[in-house]
This record gives sequence, C-alpha cells and structure tokens, in this order.
Amino acid sequence: MLTILQNFFSPPRHLIFPIIAIWVGLSLSSRYAPKRGVAGNKLENLALISLLAGLLGGRLGYVADYPQAFLASPLSLLSLNTDLFDAWSAFAFGLIGAIIYLQRSQLPFWHTMDALTPAMSVLAIGIAFAHLASGDAFGAPSTLPWVIEQWGTDRHPSQVYETLTALLIFCLLWKQFSQSEQPGMLFLRFLACTSGLRLFLEAFRGDSALIFNGIRIAQVIAWIVLAFSLLGISRLSRSPKSLQDI
Amino acid sequence: MQLKRPIIFTIILILGLLWIFLSANRSGASTGGPLLAPQEGFLAPDFTLQTLDGESITLSGLRGQAIVINFWATWCPPCKAEMPAIQEMQDAFREQGLVILAVNATSQDTYTGIAPFIEDYGLTFPILLDSNGEVGSLYQVRSLPTTIFIGRDGIIQKIVIGGPMPRALLQSRIEELLK
Repeated sequence: MLTILQNFFSPPRHLIFPIIAIWVGLSLSSRYAPKRGVAGNKLENLALISLLAGLLGGRLGYVADYPQAFLASPLSLLSLNTDLFDAWSAFAFGLIGAIIYLQRSQLPFWHTMDALTPAMSVLAIGIAFAHLASGDAFGAPSTLPWVIEQWGTDRHPSQVYETLTALLIFCLLWKQFSQSEQPGMLFLRFLACTSGLRLFLEAFRGDSALIFNGIRIAQVIAWIVLAFSLLGISRLSRSPKSLQDI
Repeated sequence: MQLKRPIIFTIILILGLLWIFLSANRSGASTGGPLLAPQEGFLAPDFTLQTLDGESITLSGLRGQAIVINFWATWCPPCKAEMPAIQEMQDAFREQGLVILAVNATSQDTYTGIAPFIEDYGLTFPILLDSNGEVGSLYQVRSLPTTIFIGRDGIIQKIVIGGPMPRALLQSRIEELLK
C-alpha cells in the first residue's frame, strides 16, 4: 500500500495532501469560529492574506539569495515553479501578514488561535500524508518487526508514526472544537500535544539536524514550545481571567 | 488538582529533557550522508552509460566536480524547452568545473531522433543513452524532465521534477553547487 501511495503521489503530486488539508481545515475552523467569537469569513480572510503574503515572501526571499540569476532572467520572477521559493522567508512574511490583518480587523488573538486550531490539526494530518507519499521525514535505521524499507535501508516508519499521532491529536481535541472555554486553552492544548509528541518521535527520525553531542535541534525547539504551552495552560487553569489579548 | 498540575507539568518537562539526552545521536549525523539513494542529502547512486559517440562515462569518475544530470526524451516538450538554458549554463560555468550529463530515456525514445535533436539545439554536453531504463529506475524517475544537482562531494543537493525549469532556477542551483 505504501508503494502504491508513493508511486501515485510522488513529488510534486504529494503536495495535494496539504492543499486539501488547508481547504478542509479552514472549512472546519470557519464552522466552529462563531463559538469563539470570531467571524468565519474573517478567519478565511486571515488565512488568505497569510498565504498570499507567504507566497510573495517566499519568492522574494529566494530572489534575495540569488540576485544574479534573476538579473539575468527577470521573467523568472513570475514563474509558477515552486522550487523558486525560500521557506523561511515565506513563514516570516506569512506571519507578518497575519499579524497586520489581526490588528487591523481587531481580531482577539487567543480567540483567533483557538478558532484556527481545527485547521492546524487537519493541516498536520495533511503534512504527515505528504511525508508518507514523498519519502521525506524518513526514519532512522532499525531492526524492529514493523520497519519499512526506504532508501536502501530498513527504517522506523516515522511518517506512519507522524500520521497516527496527528490523527490521535485531532481525535483527542475534536469534541473541544465546539466547546466554549477560556480563550487560548484549546490552542495551547494542541500546541502541548503536538510539541510533546514531536519531542518523543523525533528520536526515531533519520534526517534530524544535530547540534553539539548529537542533540536534535527539533527536540530542543519542541521542548521549548511544550514548556511555553504547559505554562500557559497552568496559568489559565489557575485564573478565571483569560490570557491578555495581544 | 490545581496543585498537582504544576507538579505533573514539571515532571513532563524533566522527562522531556532526559529523553533529549538519552535519544541523542552520538554516532554522528543521522542523515543519509554516505548512503546511496536517489534523494536529497544522499550519495548519488553510481552508474555507467555510453554516450552517443560510444564513449563510457561513470558518475563516480566525475567526483570532485559539480554535476547536473538531466533526464530527457526527444518527444518531451518541456525537455526541449529547457535545453537552450542548460546549454547556456554549460557554456557559462564549464571553466568552474560544471559537468552536465543529459541522460536520454532511450528505452522510451527513438534512437534515430537523438542525433538530429542534438544538432538542432547545438548541444555540446555529453548525451548518455539509458537504453534499458536502468538508470531511470535507479533514480526513480517518474516524469520527464527530471534534473538532479550533485555537489562536488557526490551528495545530491536538489532534485527538480518537471519542467521547463526557469533559467533563474537552473542558474541558482548551479551557483549553489559551485560554492
């Protein structure tokens, strides 16, 4: 089944999974957003503006890295090729675009993050499927009975772990999507679950970026995010007041 | 419960820190590195193919040079569209150690059409004939064109599937190879 998936959805067709996930996730978020005091159409606008800003930023970031190439071929600026793209610039621009829209439309930050949590959860599932199809995020070599053969070696099925945990988080939080509670609580729970499981599962990845003494950078970042989210949950639980909106 | 929650959270964070250290990869990089695989970050699988002139070229024999492998066919319109830019890059970066290998998917092409194609486009880089499709299978080429950028260390830096590649993409990836 894995071979069929990887043959049919080999790159760049694997991108269909996150694209579908964004569409489904946003629909879900828009449906439950009014319970969080956020208008569904504003949420969609926020997503659209972030996406457009991200696309623009990703392209500009790549151009900034290789100016000579674009000076020689200015028309490439308008190319639809997705490889002319810098992911970090896209993230930064997308974030800036989102912040600007949040402030201009006076959307309350924590309410909005709660409203976006269903979309983020579905997107995590879509990304996991994309990894499964493309062979990215491959596992470390292993001799366990459930290994999969990838890139010439038996490995942990880390993409399967990722998919299962994303589905698990979605199922755990599903009922809370429609519940009203303290602003920020749903988002922080999602963050805690995602970062905690990432912290654990990263150990089984075969493509981890390492720092000193073999420490995996992704685990360090996951730990920091986990600490932040647990602190937030702890504060919200102790106080009936909500986290101050940005 | 309110008092227990901070304690539980603290224990979780301490366990998390312990896990980070216990699961550290002390043997070195856990990435592909010296393993052979047609994937970014891995060593490019070796092969030997014959050129149109009957000469044999082995990929590992070119270690130390920046290599671009372009899988193509004469019936493939995007392949044809990007050939002028590829030739331009060969001319511009040859002196800096760039080698371009155009691997023709001969198992799904017409052999007699290759030489006229080369002449029409004025191509000067080696044209390798993948007569039985083995190299295409080795590199898991599922669509044409597919272009693979290999660094001087033999590690695959980038795989671009489909085309025609924008000239800026081709130049920027080659500049990255030659750094």
